[in-house]
Amino acid sequence: MMAERERSQIVAVETIGPYTLLRVRRGFLDPGIPGQFFMLEAPGRPLPRPMSVCLAPPGELGFLIDPIGAGTRALCALQPGDELSLLGPLGNGYDLEVERPLLVGGGIGIAPLPFLSKALGHPPAILGFRSDRHAEAAELVPNAEVVVEPRFVTEAMPPGHDVLACGPEAMLAAVARLEPGAQLAWEAPMACGYGACYGCAVEIGGELKRLCVEGPVLAAEAVAA
Amino acid sequence: MRVLNASGCLDALTAPEVARALDVFVTKTVTPLPREGNAAPRIAEVDHGMLNSIGLANPGIDHFLSQALPRLAELGVPIWVSVGGFATSEYADLCDRLDDRPEVAAIELNVSCPNVDDVPASVGEIVAAARDATRKLLYTKLSPATTDVAEVARAAQAAGTDGLSLVNTILGLALDERTLKPRLSRAVGGLSGPGLKPIALAAVYDCYAATGLPIVGMGGIAAGRDALEFVAAGAADIALGTTLFSDPGSVTRIRAELANEVVTRGVGAVDNAIGVAHAGATAISESSQPVAPVSV
Repeated sequence: MMAERERSQIVAVETIGPYTLLRVRRGFLDPGIPGQFFMLEAPGRPLPRPMSVCLAPPGELGFLIDPIGAGTRALCALQPGDELSLLGPLGNGYDLEVERPLLVGGGIGIAPLPFLSKALGHPPAILGFRSDRHAEAAELVPNAEVVVEPRFVTEAMPPGHDVLACGPEAMLAAVARLEPGAQLAWEAPMACGYGACYGCAVEIGGELKRLCVEGPVLAAEAVAA
Repeated sequence: MRVLNASGCLDALTAPEVARALDVFVTKTVTPLPREGNAAPRIAEVDHGMLNSIGLANPGIDHFLSQALPRLAELGVPIWVSVGGFATSEYADLCDRLDDRPEVAAIELNVSCPNVDDVPASVGEIVAAARDATRKLLYTKLSPATTDVAEVARAAQAAGTDGLSLVNTILGLALDERTLKPRLSRAVGGLSGPGLKPIALAAVYDCYAATGLPIVGMGGIAAGRDALEFVAAGAADIALGTTLFSDPGSVTRIRAELANEVVTRGVGAVDNAIGVAHAGATAISESSQPVAPVSV
């Protein structure tokens, strides 16, 4: 674990559609590689929450959060000036050595793509959302084509690209069928984020392994059933 | 007083810097054969802690002895090996395999995992068989899910355990707020964290009074004050579990907080507080100045 834990101040809290963009003072924390994540203390809750880095402008770390549970609601209720503890960067990010990148994201799964897009020089992206309101988050990713349900990202994916994706499991499975060479960022419940709790086990290469240690970015072949 | 990790709450090979902060590293429970563990989801947060249903995932004793143990020994921290089986003979075999390994400082008998279906034999039988199989220091980790944990502790003592690890998790259930279905794949899982603390304290208190054995106290310790309460109830050492998940630096932090508690209360040394919660023991007051002991 080459991660640091630091107590940082909230710089800004922005509403983007149904999501909240939490901007945190970076301090001495390294933002890591796109696709890596931090464990964010969820105020009043026993466990922190894993959040991939959405933006890493100078002096800040940005996290895009969907307030769907007790922890994420507590995080979204934070105000500028509040403090929270962050541990990271954790896990393995995307391999950035790709020739023809195409970013594919779905819903809150677009969270790591703004940071990834910047790192790759703003390549084309296809983002899928369940509603126009959710699709407001597409403003964070330049060069993005937006599809809204009932259309799916897989219907809009051009062939011949190096796909880097993040989104709901069904989307990732569909992307993997189309592009077996894709890099996919997965999600699982995690208590620690650094390999201690064994809670985030997923089937990788036919065995149950810890997503926080092996991933969260995995080659599509590794997880294809 | 030493600070340990609770078994299964830290992978020293993945996070060696956390393990090196400990006085003793306790391994995840090793079983005779490899176990993949339970299906996901395996963890669920609840209001005052978390549930886990990992299911003793581990690579088995052969792999542990040949691969993991030599690497763990390089950490430079005393290693306690937690072992678990599904029959008395399996515990004995595991202890026998560990007995001649110099890297192993002690063996912890996990006779209390709540996340497996097979119920092993009685604690007394297991401890007796393990005692026959090894000369190593032997600790027995008990479940609080019993009518009288002190009776179980006495049985373990009679069978030859050197100490007790108190407590393992206790079964709990969490339902999805929308579907009202269990959030864990096996429905129920072991409760840990702050919600377990009063249950664990009661077990430490009762077992200390019943046996006088050295006790590693654990269950919801998240601050120095919690650790001191376990010591007062009778723990000679403490172990951290769930708090390591949210704060990998908690070993150092809690040790410092505990030292501060001791200074504030004028106790002198943590060990002076062992068992002070019991009738007849000298009470300790909270004060900025050392205070005269009060006889109870």
